[in-house]
Amino acid sequence: MPSVQELITKIEHEIEELPQGVLQPDTSFRQLPEWSSMHALIIIALAETEYNVTLSGNDLRSCNTVNDLHQIIESRKG
Amino acid sequence: MPAKVAAFTYYLPETTYTNADFANDFPETKLQTLQKIGVEKRHITPKGQTSSDLAFAAAEKLFTENSIPRSEIDFLIYCSFDYDHYTPATAGILQHRLGLSTRCGAFDMGLGCSAYVYGIATAVSLLETLQLRNVLLLTASSLTHKIHAKDRGNRFLFGDAASATLISFSEKKQTGPFTFGTDGSGAGQIMVPHGGMRTPLNETSFEESTDEFGNVTTPASFYMDGFGIFRFTVATVPGMIEETLQKAGITRNDIDLFVFHQPNVFLNELLRKKLMIPEEKFVHCMKDFGNTVQATIPIALTEALKEGRLKPGMKVLLAGFGVGLSWACGIIDYE
Repeated sequence: MPSVQELITKIEHEIEELPQGVLQPDTSFRQLPEWSSMHALIIIALAETEYNVTLSGNDLRSCNTVNDLHQIIESRKG
Repeated sequence: MPAKVAAFTYYLPETTYTNADFANDFPETKLQTLQKIGVEKRHITPKGQTSSDLAFAAAEKLFTENSIPRSEIDFLIYCSFDYDHYTPATAGILQHRLGLSTRCGAFDMGLGCSAYVYGIATAVSLLETLQLRNVLLLTASSLTHKIHAKDRGNRFLFGDAASATLISFSEKKQTGPFTFGTDGSGAGQIMVPHGGMRTPLNETSFEESTDEFGNVTTPASFYMDGFGIFRFTVATVPGMIEETLQKAGITRNDIDLFVFHQPNVFLNELLRKKLMIPEEKFVHCMKDFGNTVQATIPIALTEALKEGRLKPGMKVLLAGFGVGLSWACGIIDYE
């Protein structure tokens, strides 16, 4: 089971402009000043390619923190 | 089927909208984030010019570049969302403007991202069924006119353009097979909701709404559910390609070049990886054009030919997918 930390590392890798260490398990990522639709798309693509989990825009809207995101991905992996 | 995609070209309106222009309009946006989209410049149809003007210019270019006698065009297909008038068909107006024979058949086709593959498939069917010699396929998009000035995401993505393609009878070359798909339950995922017969323009048509990312739109403007379309594409395109290859009785390795509709580089790169297509066999062609809807595939073919990536004798797989929802895939043997 991938840890939250692994998920954070992957997100940091994909979103190059995000300084390392900013994202924590309890970070409300949608509140980050740089948050944009492109970032949302990057996360949806990451879930698809790395975890084979399909996320919708609504799924993402229901997440506040990286922990929430991690939980959704874990629950969908089956 | 005994037909070939004989010649193609494209035409761009002169007005451009670069990332520097975009940064001026949206100073709060970090361009670095948008680099994955893969667009640096788009062309915009100026006021007073129409999509059919672009298509006309593309056709003239095709005739000049290839010394094709106009009298030998048996059929004209015009693919666009943009018509000169409510009626008659714009294809007829173009037949006259281009000086084509009055014995030439002509009709409009209202598809979007899948239009080019549909157009080729239709042209091939006409050639075979009616034993014709040449079909002229024109595609044109001026979608930027329907995008709200403050719709940041879509203003970054889309550009305007037209293309012209000649599909001819050939004893040696084969075009096809094709596969198609439609899912009208997703009609609302890419839509201009007001202004058609279902919902004519009314007092609510210009009421602005803003999404969670600050993109502004109105019911009279273009709307796209980017995340929904992303999911649709990832779920549909790989299967459509496998089905086409199966019909042709070949494998992915037999295809020399994959030319997809160009919605954005990020999405196409994901599809490429999912389908395990090597980079050298896959065409990205967004940087100077943006997403030009009906014109993306012929632009990509033209550029690939110029760059020497498309060569005679190659087997090329074309895939269009998007608004409708509509998708189509076909294989051409390039001469």
